[in-house]
Amino acid sequence: MLHLALFSFFGAICVAGAINLLAQRHPINSALSLIVVMGSLAVEFMLLGAEFVAVIQVIIYAGAIMVLFVFTIMLLNAGEEERSAGSRIAVLLGVPALLILMGLVAWVLIRQNPASGTVAAGALPGTPPEIGRLLFRDFLLPFEITSVLILIAIMGAVVLARKEH
Amino acid sequence: MVPLSYYLVLSAVLFACGVAGFLMKRNIITIFMCIELMLNGVNLAFVAFAAHWHRLSGQVFVFFVMVVAAAEAAVGLAIIISVFRTRETLNVDRVNLLKL
Amino acid sequence: MPTSFFTGTDYALSLPMILLSLFGLGVLIIDLMLPAEWKRWNAITALIGLGFSTAAVMRIQLGHFADGRPLVGSFAYLSNVGGQVVGSVLMDGFSIYFFYLFLLGAAIAILMSAHYLEIEHEHHGEFYALILFSVVGMMCMASGYDLVLLFIGLELMAISTYVLVGFLRRDKRSNEAALKYLLLGAFSSGIFAYGLSLLYGLSGSTNLQVIAQALQRHYSANPKDPIAIVAMITTATGLLFKVAAVPFHQWAPDAYEGAPTSVTGYMSVAVKSAAWAMLLRIFLWGLYPLRPVYLPLLVFVSVATMTVGNFAALSQNNLKRLLAYSSISHVGYMLLGLIASDNITNKTGIQGILVYLLVYTFMNLGAFAVVTSLRRRDIIGDEIDDIAGLYSKAPTEAVLMLLFLLSLAGIPPLAGFYGKYFIFLSLIQTQHYVLASLAVLYAVLGLYYYMRIGSAMFMRPATDPEPVAISPGMQVALAVTAIGTVGIGILPEFFIRAAGWSLGIQQAGTSLLGFLR
Repeated sequence: MLHLALFSFFGAICVAGAINLLAQRHPINSALSLIVVMGSLAVEFMLLGAEFVAVIQVIIYAGAIMVLFVFTIMLLNAGEEERSAGSRIAVLLGVPALLILMGLVAWVLIRQNPASGTVAAGALPGTPPEIGRLLFRDFLLPFEITSVLILIAIMGAVVLARKEH
Repeated sequence: MVPLSYYLVLSAVLFACGVAGFLMKRNIITIFMCIELMLNGVNLAFVAFAAHWHRLSGQVFVFFVMVVAAAEAAVGLAIIISVFRTRETLNVDRVNLLKL
Repeated sequence: MPTSFFTGTDYALSLPMILLSLFGLGVLIIDLMLPAEWKRWNAITALIGLGFSTAAVMRIQLGHFADGRPLVGSFAYLSNVGGQVVGSVLMDGFSIYFFYLFLLGAAIAILMSAHYLEIEHEHHGEFYALILFSVVGMMCMASGYDLVLLFIGLELMAISTYVLVGFLRRDKRSNEAALKYLLLGAFSSGIFAYGLSLLYGLSGSTNLQVIAQALQRHYSANPKDPIAIVAMITTATGLLFKVAAVPFHQWAPDAYEGAPTSVTGYMSVAVKSAAWAMLLRIFLWGLYPLRPVYLPLLVFVSVATMTVGNFAALSQNNLKRLLAYSSISHVGYMLLGLIASDNITNKTGIQGILVYLLVYTFMNLGAFAVVTSLRRRDIIGDEIDDIAGLYSKAPTEAVLMLLFLLSLAGIPPLAGFYGKYFIFLSLIQTQHYVLASLAVLYAVLGLYYYMRIGSAMFMRPATDPEPVAISPGMQVALAVTAIGTVGIGILPEFFIRAAGWSLGIQQAGTSLLGFLR
């Protein structure tokens, strides 16, 4: 019962944050609502027993990536979005289409309910030792390739954004 | 006990909001943030399925998706800064030298 | 079941990737120490790295067939026949074929780039390091049997390509091309990841074989299972974005036009081959039970792709955009091969796709090499006007370009003919007569816009008198691609058998490097 209550509360915050991201005109407000979405998603992860993932969601996603976004928005001094004819048409068509699509998806998924089963809070030990065991054995090669990925991201960002000499 | 489908609905809602924002918004940085919202929806789906199947590989995939999102954000923001330097605007409608 | 620790054969099977990463790091370090005139040593180091990696791939290939037993590691399994695949890497003939293809494409792209980057004043070592790292990503995509490795490889290749496209920092078109490519690429990766999450949810595992078995159970229980269908659609959408099939092709003309020309050549060849490797791997090994569901989707996409690609190319005046649309139409032909054969009952179509990608590497890189060499002082070299009168300024180049164009159009006895031949053969073998005739009609239509370029080169006078200088690296690149295009056209058997070997088609023949069994 508590599980359902917590899920609904933080789920509602997630959806509210997502809709706010779309509705706001200034990118900084969108960035802040995205941080709210990520925070409540971290709680959802915790409810599913993924403690490690919840912590790195807060530290890396909300704490590093979104800070980078906020920093860039402030650096570029991005102003409010302008309303053009194209964007008005997009909103007029997009919002109803989105609502219909989501209603369809929700209906299909909930109809499949008996076959899917339920998920208990904390059912799975998502602690760092367990995840580490998977990362360094079964997924060793992707893990090492990830280090190359981070290297090219750093290198690419420096190459593209550095000053001319 | 929360049914798995509730988590999937929440994940699908976040994903759909991300897709809609990508198509509707006009500011480049906001469009990029909608992609991050999509990836968050994907992460929730993975963790929910991992809990359903009692395997941890879903959570490990979330770890990798986060690293990819970080790398993409770094390079993407560098490209956006690079575009802004030559153009002084962040409106995607104005960034349109390459025409059909 | 996999053992828990990294074994010696794992090291051998991942050696190509390790060597490329080491050489990429080496290029980065050497670049810091080189003065500005000696920057081409970065290119030479990168080429040496590609050579070492090729040697490692050859060692894997010969190591497999030397004693006939497959190499089994804890995360990799080398196999050419069926059986239980454990671990994240499946190093079969399919992977090895694509590894050679990627290394070849990267080598020719590096040869094309050195002089071009000097002219653009952007001759940094990071360019070559990025190419090497992107090949690492491509290798993961071709040999990956696990969703995690496929996704990471895809992103590694994609992110290095985003940076490569935007490499000319002062050029507005390059910035814009990188931005558009990044936004649409990240969007498609997001959709692809959602599809992967649904596939994981249906099967509980990220291994393609387990997923195929789970999909088989779901499909036979309920052919209209909505989650399986949504999983297939989203995964297919992500993959078709990467290959630039219609209606997900919007990024390709802009990205191809704005990027540095050698990067465009590299993207159109190597990145496309990697995307095809992953597409084939997922559609034929992972999503195979859903084949009746994705076949109509593929038919629609293929016809739309051929139509849009060919008709849009007719009206283009920019060489790079024209080649981009022609590239899109080639993807349409290749999709026909996937429609026709399913790798179990009929393998000719897939063999056709592999042969097509090989000949496409040679002829498309050759065409882009000629376009790259047009870049000279004050002239970007993109428009058809810039290539006008090439015969009077650089006759060898003009003749080679004509060869490449004829090969792209599919004229025998050049290489491009064999690519199309096998695809049409597979369509006729599986009785898709309508699709076959449509494809032939479009191929004839393609001849028109290729000949537009050809006639501009030979018939029209040059618009400016400045000579076209060809650097030694470019000469080697042109020589290699020209020999490939003409050579494969005249002596195709070796390459056709190589493609057949990689799919496990038993063919008679003498032993030559283990390709022919």
